[in-house]
Amino acid sequence: MIEIRDLTKVYGSQKAVNGLSFDIAPGRVTGFLGPNGAGKSTTMRMIVGLDRPTGGTIRINGRRYGEIMRPLHEVGAVLETGSVHSGRSAFNHLLCLAQSNGIPRRRVDEVLGTVGLETAAKRRAGKFSLGMGQRLGLAAALLGDPPVLLCDEPVNGLDPEGILWIRTLLRSLAAEGRTVFVSSHLMSEMALTADHLIVVGKGRLIADASTAEVIAGSSLNSVLVRSPQVTHLAGLLTAQGASVTEEADGALRVTGAEPAEIGDIAASAAIALHELSPQQASLEEAFMELTHDSVDYRPEQVA
Amino acid sequence: MTATTSAPSYVPTPRATTIGFSNLLRSEWTKLRSVRSTYWTAAVAVLASLVIGLLVTAQDEHNLIHHRDSLDGFDPVMSALTGFFLAQVAVGALGVLTISSEYGTGMIRATLGAVPQRRTLLAAKGLVFLVSVFVVAEVLSFSAFWIGQSILHPSGAGVSLGDPGIARAVFGGGLYLTAVGMLGFGLGALIRHTAGALSAFFGIMFASTALVDLLPTTWRNHVINYMPINAGSQILSTQPDHGALSPWHGFVVLCCYGVVAVVGATFLITRRDA
Repeated sequence: MIEIRDLTKVYGSQKAVNGLSFDIAPGRVTGFLGPNGAGKSTTMRMIVGLDRPTGGTIRINGRRYGEIMRPLHEVGAVLETGSVHSGRSAFNHLLCLAQSNGIPRRRVDEVLGTVGLETAAKRRAGKFSLGMGQRLGLAAALLGDPPVLLCDEPVNGLDPEGILWIRTLLRSLAAEGRTVFVSSHLMSEMALTADHLIVVGKGRLIADASTAEVIAGSSLNSVLVRSPQVTHLAGLLTAQGASVTEEADGALRVTGAEPAEIGDIAASAAIALHELSPQQASLEEAFMELTHDSVDYRPEQVA
Repeated sequence: MTATTSAPSYVPTPRATTIGFSNLLRSEWTKLRSVRSTYWTAAVAVLASLVIGLLVTAQDEHNLIHHRDSLDGFDPVMSALTGFFLAQVAVGALGVLTISSEYGTGMIRATLGAVPQRRTLLAAKGLVFLVSVFVVAEVLSFSAFWIGQSILHPSGAGVSLGDPGIARAVFGGGLYLTAVGMLGFGLGALIRHTAGALSAFFGIMFASTALVDLLPTTWRNHVINYMPINAGSQILSTQPDHGALSPWHGFVVLCCYGVVAVVGATFLITRRDA
């Protein structure tokens, strides 16, 4: 359990994080979403004590990070890749971290096995690919078998097999009852991995809800309707307060009315329906809608 | 999406109540011995000390025998330890790199994530580095001394450890390198960038003396004794310069440079974002 209250971080005149409050509960994967510059990485860095909050508090299982003795047993963090000395072998990198928390040497071999880096253990970390670097970071986070796991963009640089592997791993860790907090830019990946979402924009909390609720909340959820009498049907639907747009292929996209209502309206006017299909917004669409007003840098609309 | 239908199976490790300083020492020792820069700088220090000591004592021996140079004012320890003035650059650079490379590579994020008690971490890192330097530097100092004295033996210029002031000077050679290492380490921890910290190290060690030369002569002759190399090298001298600080006084002055840097870094390390 991580409890964040009124968290604020100010750099000069810039408020990178502005009064964030939320809880990250155990037993599920919580996704952390937001546009670039929303304060995700800064928040992650403050959770593990790398940056000092300007204001507010963070408690991990009831304590500040700085109060935790041998924190690898309590919090595993995969922050930016390259949190590793490029000249040191993967094995020695993990060994020095393990030793600092009194973790036995055999655990280093175990986590190297867990992330599939046994054969690369003697190689210098600077020679690793981005994907191998992610695996090494995850191995370090798992050293102390912690109840809380934080991952900042863990699938960055991984191939499809690696992405599937990390999704399965994170979900199984959460299923064991651990707290798993993951940031990502890949919405399709988050839709599959996260049970719950924290959405931030410009340092503020935008949404704290289950993944299903976030998607259900999108105004882009619609119903696709095909009929030989579209013009007549469109008029009836509009009169009932629904919003109707005609697609290029002649289908109607209806928002503001459930499929059952549309079917009933059509039936009462004796209009034949050739298709009546609910269209769910993607997480990406729901996310874009939520964060529309808090994007710092947006390309000009292409006409 | 529900997380799982089975009961949570994870059982956390019992909470630790102490940092375990010996854990940190083991960890820092692993770090020091597992990067190549340690071996490169150590190799430079060893070669510089022994080879330069050998060449300089051989030259001195040649002059003492063939040119009948006077033994008056000849310092057989300083002659044998001449290489230390190059070795100190390697030791200072290693001191800087021991900590600045963690910031440079990003390793510091993993380190501080594992050990949020930053001052304790700095103490462990500094201790492992300084003890390692001290051991190697003392071995080097006594080795260079014995090589030098055996070369100086025929002319009668050689001395033995039992002679007055000699043991202090040879032991002092190791202390000198250790104190220079502390300055490098402190600057690395204070400045956090390798290039910046190395520049500061060279500036304080070498350029400061050149700057002091710009002062009026009466001031200069006083202030120059407090410059790090002038002050610190008194501990390995057996023929003190006129007006120079006493060996231990000079050594304390050299240590002060490193202590100021380390104290500054200790003060700042909990105040800065990593």
